Amino acid sequence: MPAVKMTVNGKKVSGNVEGRTLLVQFLREHLGLTGTHVGCDTSQCGACTVHVNGRAMKSCTLLALHLEGADVLTIEGLAEGDKLHPMQEAFREHHALQCGFCTPGMVMSAIGIVNDHKDLDEKTIRHQLEGNICRCTGYHNIVEAIAAAHKTMRG
Amino acid sequence: MYDFTYQRASSVADATTKYKAASDARFLAGGMTLLAVLKQRLDQPSDVVDLADVKDLVGIAEEGGAIVIRAMTTHNTVATSDIVKKRIPALAELAGTIGDPMVRNRGTIGGSLANSDPAASYPSAVLALNATIHTDKRTIKADDFFQGMFTTALEAGELITKVSFPIPEQAGYEYFPNPASRYPIVGAFVAKGKDGVRVAITGAGPCAFRLPEYEKALAGGLDPKKLEGLKASAEGLNTDIHASAEYRAHLINVMARRAIGG
Repeated sequence: MPAVKMTVNGKKVSGNVEGRTLLVQFLREHLGLTGTHVGCDTSQCGACTVHVNGRAMKSCTLLALHLEGADVLTIEGLAEGDKLHPMQEAFREHHALQCGFCTPGMVMSAIGIVNDHKDLDEKTIRHQLEGNICRCTGYHNIVEAIAAAHKTMRG
Repeated sequence: MYDFTYQRASSVADATTKYKAASDARFLAGGMTLLAVLKQRLDQPSDVVDLADVKDLVGIAEEGGAIVIRAMTTHNTVATSDIVKKRIPALAELAGTIGDPMVRNRGTIGGSLANSDPAASYPSAVLALNATIHTDKRTIKADDFFQGMFTTALEAGELITKVSFPIPEQAGYEYFPNPASRYPIVGAFVAKGKDGVRVAITGAGPCAFRLPEYEKALAGGLDPKKLEGLKASAEGLNTDIHASAEYRAHLINVMARRAIGG
């Protein structure tokens, strides 16, 4: 099987994978990073969102071999020890999750949204969340959390 | 998904060589459609030739009155490009409506055009702006490119390298999104350039197409009032659980008017 090397959460990792192995399978099954979830497996729900070279992408629709040499950031790479990332802290503070299944993808997308937008209003947040599905919250608290984290992160 | 041999191409020439050497290869651009197709086992290539390393397939430039977008440029890059926003704002707007932010970070213009999904957004812009599609072998005019559902003028192993969009005097795009997938049920791109007015529709038929009657009506200027009462024929249009052919025909007129501020 072909070998693949990449950086995940700042650590150099490698593995042998099939051509068809998806990034999300490599993360979960080879590296044991099960924080990245598989929801729909059809590139719609966004639960598998990670950052690749600084951009939010759906890891269920990327081949592991595609990402030779890439820099990947997953939900496990956000907190520093016990100190949550400002977006995670905002989700906690604003009760932006219920069952939590979509949350890793939501948080990774949300960080992408904040990185991409100097100014951020509610309408933009809702529009930018188009690729993430949550079946519990009705999105309202997620939108509030992102708006709050935008203030903290953009200071 | 069935397994395949994965290969990375270092250049356009290397990509086409690897394609030819394999028994049944596919090019992989952003993979936003190809990987979904493979997951559903609708296709079973022997080899997948990844274009991610081909650096000269990425970039946007203004060249001789046209905006030239290289094939592996992502939707997000087009949507946020200062030069596209300045010269063809409707094209930047269209790119910003494709999929969602994560899809736009990966999906490419070349991949979208080669796929020719009946509901893809880009084909309407390519047709209405009278763009030219450059491949590793030749140039193809927009009017000759889209031939049917998932069917283009591309030959097996022919690779899109860039798309050249003449800068129009005026252009607009509007679409009616499917409430679930956000793909255009009908999208209309209207442009006035040195080749006159061109109106192109996506989502309604097997592939993007032009509406000569609408173009004639707008020849004097992009006034939405000139389109009032104009019908589009429902014959041959798509029918599915989201919209009947008759409804799509109705939406063509509404979207075309809205594309130019009506």
